[in-house]
Amino acid sequence: MKAVVTVVGKDRVGIIAAVCTHLAKLQINVLDISQTVMEGYFTMMMVVDTSASTLPLAELAQRMEEAGKEMNLSIRLQREDIFDAMHRV
Amino acid sequence: MLNIKDVLYTQDMIDKRHLDIRTITMGISLLDCMHEEVNICAQKIYDKITRRAENLVKVGQEIEWEFGIPIVNKRISVTPIAIVGNSCNTDSYVPLAIAMDKAAKECGVNFIGGFSALVQKGCTKGDWILMDSIPEAMKVTERVCSSVNVGSTKAGINMDAVAKMGQIIKQTAHLTADDDGLGCAKLVVFANAVEDNPFMAGAFHGVGEPECALNVGVSGPGVVYHALQSVKGQPFDVVAETIKKTAFRITRMGQIVGVEASKRLDVPFGIVDLSLAPTPAVGDSVARILEEMGLEVCGTHGTTAALALLNDAVKKGGVMASNHVGGLSGAFIPVSEDEGMIAAAEAGVLQLDKLEAMTCVCSVGLDMIAVPGDTPAETISAIIADEAAIGMVNTKTTAVRIIPAPGKVVGDRVEMGGLLGSAPVMPVHSQSSADFIARGGRIPAPLQSLKN
Repeated sequence: MKAVVTVVGKDRVGIIAAVCTHLAKLQINVLDISQTVMEGYFTMMMVVDTSASTLPLAELAQRMEEAGKEMNLSIRLQREDIFDAMHRV
Repeated sequence: MLNIKDVLYTQDMIDKRHLDIRTITMGISLLDCMHEEVNICAQKIYDKITRRAENLVKVGQEIEWEFGIPIVNKRISVTPIAIVGNSCNTDSYVPLAIAMDKAAKECGVNFIGGFSALVQKGCTKGDWILMDSIPEAMKVTERVCSSVNVGSTKAGINMDAVAKMGQIIKQTAHLTADDDGLGCAKLVVFANAVEDNPFMAGAFHGVGEPECALNVGVSGPGVVYHALQSVKGQPFDVVAETIKKTAFRITRMGQIVGVEASKRLDVPFGIVDLSLAPTPAVGDSVARILEEMGLEVCGTHGTTAALALLNDAVKKGGVMASNHVGGLSGAFIPVSEDEGMIAAAEAGVLQLDKLEAMTCVCSVGLDMIAVPGDTPAETISAIIADEAAIGMVNTKTTAVRIIPAPGKVVGDRVEMGGLLGSAPVMPVHSQSSADFIARGGRIPAPLQSLKN
């Protein structure tokens, strides 16, 4: 299943590496990354594929949120179709 | 392709503007639970609800995590108990309410609706028993919600039931006096009640509904308010367009969540109810949307027009976003549950008469209003009759959820707690309506009913 991972936090060295390490541990494949720094805040959106993971999506979302807390980042993993539904006619 | 701005915008709506799915409500038919022995009927009701809704809360929580959207309430509605209870040889349906309450607790839902009767044209034996059981049922149960439909465009207004419900509301307040008449917050009197409403306290599972159905209520006054802040001073055409676009997004979210939940629960998807339902939280108020349109305080002149525009634009925006729209669909104006309404009522600007006018153009009616504890039953009945008349003539749903708070006077405040909020006690007219209510009988259906 495709999901969107968003990462927001104070910019510093190694955020992408750390987030990707967590994703890799959970067998989540990154398909696309776009990233910017807005008002000093690192802001990243990744489109990922979770089909190789054995964990249910709700569990993955919780794990990533916890990982984010440890790194002082806001990390969310959400199903992609919610954004398509809300922003595409 | 997804764009980062859209994604962050959605998250901002959820984090800062209180965007949420207000409720996923599972409607369950209890028509096969009839039995002449009331305790067996109660057991069948408990068994059926707990079997059908076993996974409702679990699935709701899974979906919350997956989509990253809060689903604030998971609820259940059932066939009007007066219909089911008619089969029982008993003079009280309180045991059936207790069974509903127990089932709700077992399933982990915070409210269960359907302790209801539909009496717009007249009452069966079961309807009278149900109405008589309401005060006690509201006292001994925690999560059961009750509703009575006393009028419709097709049938007119059953004034005997209107008179009865004034007394029932007073008794309910009296029996739950320790909690400021909290029982009345779970009791609503309707005209033109809908069968697929997911919102409490008025939800019930109509007899025209399938065995089981999942209905979704979305919300998002905070999102609409925020969107309107970006079009300050611009003409109403722009205001309407902005609300429509926002309502579209909110409703799409409800649609996708509803479809997913119904798939996982193996229950047909019913409808999305496109309502703007406020909460007492700051920034989640319908009143503040009206004020953002240029009114100093909600309730002043212009409020009805502002609400009419809001209500219409919400529907127009939402209707394309869902394949089945239903329920009440419009803006709710529950006074105690809306921070801006509370402030306006406390300032003395928002009065009962203005609220009544507002109910002509919004989705429901006089909702969550506290009045002095010594308000006579006949006055409450007359308030119900006025609302029912508005619903009957305008072919819309209207409702009265009113709390004659025991021992309270104008200027006091009634604390309901949680989503029910707190209500300032509002004045009612002191002149009597007793002779009017004493007439009884039925107000004939209006010409609008003759559409065939």
